Amino acid sequence: MTNLLDVQDLQVRFFTPEGVVHAVEGVTLSLDEGETLALVGESGCGKTVTARAVMRLIPWPPGKITEGNIQFQNRDVLAMQSDELRHFRGGDVAMIFQEPMTSLNPVFTIEEQLTEAIELHQRVRHTEAVERAVKLLSLTGIPTPEERLKDYPHQLSGGMRQRVMIAMAISCNPKLLIADEPTTALDVTIQAQILELLKGLKKELGMAILLITHDLGVVAEMAERVAVMYAGRIVEIRQVADLYSDPQHPYTEGLLTSIPSVDRQLDRLHVIEGNVPNLLDLPSGCAFRDRCPYALERCAREVPPLVTVRPGLEVACFNYRDLRQAVRTQTIESADSRVAPTAQPLVEVRGLVKHFVANKGFLGRGRTYVHAVEDINFQIWEGETFGLVGESGCGKTTTGRIIVGLETPTGGDVAIMGKSVASLDRRQMKEMHKHVQIIFQDPYSSLNPRMKVGTIIGEGLRIHSKLSQKEKERQVLDIMQAVGLENYHVERYPHEFSGGQRQRIGIARALVLNPTFIVCDEPVSALDVSIQSQILNLLRDLQGQFNLTYLFIAHNLAVVKHISDRIGVLYLGKLMEVAAKNELYDKPLHPYTKALLSAVPIPKPGLRRERVILQGDLPSPIRPPSGCRFRTRCPIALPRCAEENPELREVAPGHYVACIRV
Amino acid sequence: MLDRMRRSLLAAKFPIFGLAILLMVIVLALGAKWISPYDPNLVQVEDRLFPPAFAEGGSSAHWLGTDTLGRDVLSRLIYGTQVSLMVGFMAVIVAGTIGVSLGLIAGFFGGWIDDVIMRVADIQLAFPFILLSISVLAVLQARRGFEANITTLQRLIPLILTLGVAQWVTYARMARSVTLSLREKEFVEAARAMGDSKASIIFRHIMPNALAPLIVLASFNVASTILAEAALSFLGLGVPPAIPTWGGMLSESRELLVSGVWWLATIPGLAIMITVLSINLIGDWLRDFFDPRLRN
Repeated sequence: MTNLLDVQDLQVRFFTPEGVVHAVEGVTLSLDEGETLALVGESGCGKTVTARAVMRLIPWPPGKITEGNIQFQNRDVLAMQSDELRHFRGGDVAMIFQEPMTSLNPVFTIEEQLTEAIELHQRVRHTEAVERAVKLLSLTGIPTPEERLKDYPHQLSGGMRQRVMIAMAISCNPKLLIADEPTTALDVTIQAQILELLKGLKKELGMAILLITHDLGVVAEMAERVAVMYAGRIVEIRQVADLYSDPQHPYTEGLLTSIPSVDRQLDRLHVIEGNVPNLLDLPSGCAFRDRCPYALERCAREVPPLVTVRPGLEVACFNYRDLRQAVRTQTIESADSRVAPTAQPLVEVRGLVKHFVANKGFLGRGRTYVHAVEDINFQIWEGETFGLVGESGCGKTTTGRIIVGLETPTGGDVAIMGKSVASLDRRQMKEMHKHVQIIFQDPYSSLNPRMKVGTIIGEGLRIHSKLSQKEKERQVLDIMQAVGLENYHVERYPHEFSGGQRQRIGIARALVLNPTFIVCDEPVSALDVSIQSQILNLLRDLQGQFNLTYLFIAHNLAVVKHISDRIGVLYLGKLMEVAAKNELYDKPLHPYTKALLSAVPIPKPGLRRERVILQGDLPSPIRPPSGCRFRTRCPIALPRCAEENPELREVAPGHYVACIRV
Repeated sequence: MLDRMRRSLLAAKFPIFGLAILLMVIVLALGAKWISPYDPNLVQVEDRLFPPAFAEGGSSAHWLGTDTLGRDVLSRLIYGTQVSLMVGFMAVIVAGTIGVSLGLIAGFFGGWIDDVIMRVADIQLAFPFILLSISVLAVLQARRGFEANITTLQRLIPLILTLGVAQWVTYARMARSVTLSLREKEFVEAARAMGDSKASIIFRHIMPNALAPLIVLASFNVASTILAEAALSFLGLGVPPAIPTWGGMLSESRELLVSGVWWLATIPGLAIMITVLSINLIGDWLRDFFDPRLRN
C-alpha cells in the first residue's frame, strides 16, 4: 500500500476575543490508499477541525493552521496556491457532511448541482456530464435516477439527499473521501443503507476514507484503523480489530465501557467523571489526567507523546493498559435500588389517535392530515421504565406529549392513575401536572436563558406549592443535591453550564414537585457518550430514590435497552411490537423489529449479525400505506398485508406483535 | 447585566461618542430655559438675517445667526431639542406598548385572534402615513393650537399619538414572530407541562426573551421618528407654530436657501443629522450587545 495522506504535527488554533482556542494540538496521522481511518472523539475534541485542515477549509479569521505539515501524494497541501487548491479540493479529496438537509443548495435542481461539480473538474460537454450524473446516481443506489435529476433537494428524503451528496463527492473519482459524521442525522435503517453504500463504493472505486464519527459501532463496521482524539490530540491510534478487547488508553477504555450496547446488559454504566476540559485553557501535561483513574504524578508535568506499544498500535499515555500491573476487572456494582415493578398499570393509553393538519386547503376543502399516531394501546406499570423506540416520524414524541398534556388527542384516551385525562376539569388538570412531568431532549432550549437556575428549578413550587419562600429554597437545594448540582449553582444562569449539567437542571425541575411519572423525551441523545452514561445512571438512581415511573422515548436502541424494563416499537404511528426488553432483543418477532435491531452497528468487529437491510424510505405519514403500514418495506409482506390491518395480539405471555405472519 | 453593559460600552468607541452626544442633547433640552441666550420667539426685526458668528458679517451676539424675523437661531435650535426628543421617545413608547402587547397576544394565542390583529395591521400599513397624519393632525392640532395655558407636552400629544399609531405595526410583527418561535421552545413547554398559567408564561417566560430585539428596534425607531417629526413640521402639520422645532426651522428656510441664506437650512439640518446618527450608533451597539452569537 502506498501512502496517500501524511499529516505531521498539525496545530490549529482559533483566535477569539475570549482567547486562543487550542483546537488541534499536534496531530500526526497517515492514511494509505484505499484505507479507512476513523477519527473518533466527543464534541470539541478536534476531529472535524483536523479533517477540515486537510482540505485547507479552516476559516480565517479566526482559525489558523499555526504549525505542521500536510502531504498528499507527496504534494505539500499547505503550500498550494489557489488554482492548485481548487483542483485538490473536489478533484483529489472530497467531503460529505453531517447535515444532508443543508449541504445541498435548495434553489438548484440535483442535475444542476451534480453537473456543475463534474464540469468544474473535468473537461466534458454538458450532455456527457448529464450522462455521468445519471451513472453516479444509480451507483449510489438511487432508483430512477433520470427522474430524480429534475428534483429539487426538498423533494428528496434525508437518506436520498445524503446519497446525492455522496454522488457529488465521488463525481471526480477522488482518492480520499472525508466523511464528517455522514450518518449521524439519519435514522438507523437509513444509516445501515448508507454505510453499506460507502463500503461498496470504497471497494469499487478504491478510494480511502477518513471517517469522522462519535459512534464506536460505526467504527467497528467501517474502518481498518482508528484514531481516538481527546482535547485536540490523538491519544490512541491503532488497528480496529482488537480495539474493543484491548483498549490501551484510559480514555478509550472509558469510552468503550460507558456506551450501552444492544448485546450486553449492565445495571449501571461505567462513567468517566467530570467534563471535557476547556480548550481555551488546557491543563498542563495530559489533558485527560483530571478524569483519569490511573493518573500518575508525571501526567501533570509532561504531555505524554505517542509511543508504539506494538506494531500498529500507538498510545499517548504514561500508564497505558499494558504497563499497569493489575488489570482492572470491571466491577460494576449491580445497584439496582428500585422496587421491583408491579404489573399495576399507572398509565393506560387507549386507542390513541393524533392527526395534525398538514394542509388547510381552500375553505377547509381538500384538507390533508399527518397521521402522527394511529390507534396506539399500551400500559405503563407502576415503578417500571417503558421504552418507546422508533425512527423519526413514528409518533413516539407525539405520544409522550399527549400523555403529559401538551397535545390533545384527536381520538382515544390516556388514563393516569385511573383517571381519564380528557375528563379532567381545569383544576384537576393542574393537580395532574404535579404528578406528571417531562424531561426534554435539548438541554439548550429547555431552560429559560434569562432565569437563574434556582428560579428555573423552583418554578414548579411557585405554581403549585403554598410553602414559605424559605422552605421552597430548601427544597430546591435538596433536589439540586439529588441530581448532582452544587449549592452555589442557584445563582448562575443556564449558559454558564455544560450540556450534561443543563440536563441535570432540567431533571431537577421535573423532580421538584415529587412527581410519580416522568416522560423522558430523548434525554440523552444530544449529549456526548461520556456524559450520556452519567445521565443514564442518574435517571436510574433517581427512579429508585423517588419511586418514579418512566416513559423513556429514544431512537437509540442500545440506550433504550439499557434503561427500560419493557419496550414498545413504533413505526409510522403504529405499535408493531411490545415485549419485555430481553424477550424483545433476543427474540424479536416482528419483521420491522428484526430489521431495526440488525441495523444497529455493534462496537465489536467480527461480530457480524445477519443483516436485514430495509429498502427504501419511510412512507409519508400524510398518505400512510393501507393495511399494515410496514408492508411497503417489509421483506416478508404478502398481498394480504395491503388489505388487512394487523391488530396487536399476545403471542407469548407479555409479548405482543402486530403482524399477520407471526 | 448592567456591569456587562458598562464593560461592553467601554470596549467600543462609536457608541460612547453617540451616547455623549445624546446626553448633551438631553441636557440642552432640559436646561433650555437657562442655556439659551435669547427667548426663541423674541422678534427683533432690526437684527434679521445675521449670518453665524464664524461667517463673514456675523457677530458674537448671535452665535448661529438670526432668521427672517430676527429670532436667534441658537436659541431656537436649543428649544427645538425638546420637541425632537419628546416626540421621538414618546411616540416610540406609544408604538412599542401597543405593538408589543398586540404582537404577544397574536403570537401566543394564534388562531382567529392572530388573524384579526394581523389583518388590522395590514390595513394600517396600507393606509398612507401622510394621509393619516393630515386627517388626524389637521383636526386635533387646529383645536389644540389655540388653547391657552397648556404645556408644550400637551400641545405635542396629537403628534405623538399620530406617530405612535402609525408605527405600532412594526413592533407587533416583530413581537409576534419572536413569540411564535419562543412558544415552541422547550422551556415554554416545560412551563406548560407544569401547569403554569397563560399570563405567567407570557410575562415570565416569553416577554423577557423577546425584549432584546424589540429594544434594538426601538432605538433605531427613535431616530426615524425624529426625522418623521421634522418632515411633518416641515409640511406645517407637526407642531403649532409657536413652538420652535427643527423641522419647522427647515421649513421656514425653504425660500431663502437659494438667495444665499444657507445657515437657516444647514444648521437645523446638521442638528437632526447628528442627533439621529448618535442614536443609530447606540442602536448598532445595542444590537451587537444583545446578539448571543457575539457574546462569550
